[in-house]
Amino acid sequence: MATPLRREDVAKVAKLARLSLSDEELDMFTEQLGQILEHANDIAALQLDDVVATAHPFGLINVMREDVLEPCLSRDDVLAMAPDSEDGRFAVPRIMGEAP
Amino acid sequence: MTLPDGWEMVVGLEVHTELKTTTKMFCGCANVFGAEPNTRVCAVCLGLPGSLPVLNVRAVELAMAIGSAVHSTISPSTFHRKNYFYPDMPKDFQISQYDLPINVGGYVDLPDGSRVSIERAHLEEDTGKSTHLGASGRIHGAERSLVDYNRSGVPLVEIVSGPDIRSSAQARLYASELRGILIATGASDGRMEEGSMRIDANVSVRHANEPFGTRCEIKNLNSLRSLGRAIDFEALRQIDLLNAGGVVRQETRHWDETLGATSTMRTKEEAEDYRYFREPDLVDLAPDLAWQERVRDGLGPMPAERRAALAARLNEPTSTQLDALQVVVDLGFDVLVAAALDADVDAGLVLARAANELAADAENIHSLTTDAFITTLLMEQNGELSATQAKTVLLELLAHGGDPRAIANAKGFEQLSADSLGDVVAALIQANPDEWSRFREGDEKLAQFFIGQVMKVTKGQANGKAVIAELNSRR
Ligand SMILES: [Zn+2]
Repeated sequence: MATPLRREDVAKVAKLARLSLSDEELDMFTEQLGQILEHANDIAALQLDDVVATAHPFGLINVMREDVLEPCLSRDDVLAMAPDSEDGRFAVPRIMGEAP
Repeated sequence: MTLPDGWEMVVGLEVHTELKTTTKMFCGCANVFGAEPNTRVCAVCLGLPGSLPVLNVRAVELAMAIGSAVHSTISPSTFHRKNYFYPDMPKDFQISQYDLPINVGGYVDLPDGSRVSIERAHLEEDTGKSTHLGASGRIHGAERSLVDYNRSGVPLVEIVSGPDIRSSAQARLYASELRGILIATGASDGRMEEGSMRIDANVSVRHANEPFGTRCEIKNLNSLRSLGRAIDFEALRQIDLLNAGGVVRQETRHWDETLGATSTMRTKEEAEDYRYFREPDLVDLAPDLAWQERVRDGLGPMPAERRAALAARLNEPTSTQLDALQVVVDLGFDVLVAAALDADVDAGLVLARAANELAADAENIHSLTTDAFITTLLMEQNGELSATQAKTVLLELLAHGGDPRAIANAKGFEQLSADSLGDVVAALIQANPDEWSRFREGDEKLAQFFIGQVMKVTKGQANGKAVIAELNSRR
């Protein structure tokens, strides 16, 4: 049986998802997410050794497309959707640090 | 480089290679290097809401080709989302493979006889490219950053080696052998300078036979030279730290080529911080055996086999010739070289010209016909062209194609007639009586002096062997 979900777990996940939660929201989500995880524990308690794990409701495999060019979007249209651009590129606030 | 007494480095490499597909991994945008920024983008590779990825069959095929070439088991696999925030990744997640990669296990045998194991080689998508504007030009001093998404969604295969590498020299050998294999499969052009092959190195140190130490990951090494230097620096840094009573922290480090040093980028994320979960928009991938076999059958011979085939034709090859052979095979010039050997061109000459002049302009190799290559080398071998002239003709053939004799004529590479060479030599003997008498008394080194003088007078048009013959006839 997994350990119950803690408030600091929810705070960490929220931080990773760049969500800012108030104290009240943290309490609320700790309780709600905890209930969902408890439900998963109910399933984990069943005897399921003979059941193959599924991650998809469809029985499909190998859905692919041919390596053929399709039209791209126009750069002007694309950049017009962005708050700011420069030299044909999207302009963003300066990046602190490198990609993880 | 040797480490201080009793220490050993333990290195594993993660090699990322872009795949040479026509289109990106999940959309029909062109996969090209060097296009105008943001001209090869669509809703999918920009991560616009509602867009759906569809897997490129060619990317799968090339990943299978790589797996086959490094003796992996091609396996049923799935795609995951690796979640993190960074402006060069517009979806805020990267589609990658996690617990079930397409290629499992394998190995690469190196020319020095060692073997490096492969843990996995999985498919994932590349990110966009950011440029940082700022006074210092460095990421930390940037006022703002500009992003180009042309590279976003380009298919990559990441090949993860086991922690089997024990020196920077072996790491370089592995990377260069793997690069040759990737080129031979047709999956990659292996151009490290354009970023189509990038390497991360996991480095730790230990006393021989002790358990592995804590490792640091050095990111984004983009040349074999940087790879070697960064590994050596990092191993020595860790040894100094441990010797001083410190501990190595598991972290990601950045290699600064100018400073010749690594520095902390950030402490290592835990895998769970990426919150991997199954990509719900893609179904499982399970290439059947017939498809696997077709890919395997389509593979030509790998570099090791091709080097062995050429080496077998050399009579006691020198180390220079063996190095040249590696270059020749990596660049795919082996067919050309074999043809020249068939035409009885001296093996040393063929390898030298192929690994130097041809390699210097490898992009234009299609301009050079086999006949033109052989004719030029035979002209040099027969003394019709000096070495300098032959090199000039080869470079011209690469640049513009054409007929070697016509090029030699147009450049005024008239063969110096025996008469005029005789005149030049006679004049030089008269002008340098001391050198001449020492040469006559048996100081063979003076032959080089006279060749040098003749070349100067004739502006490189004379043939070295002909000069020696002329000198000897007057001794
Ligand atoms: Zn696209």
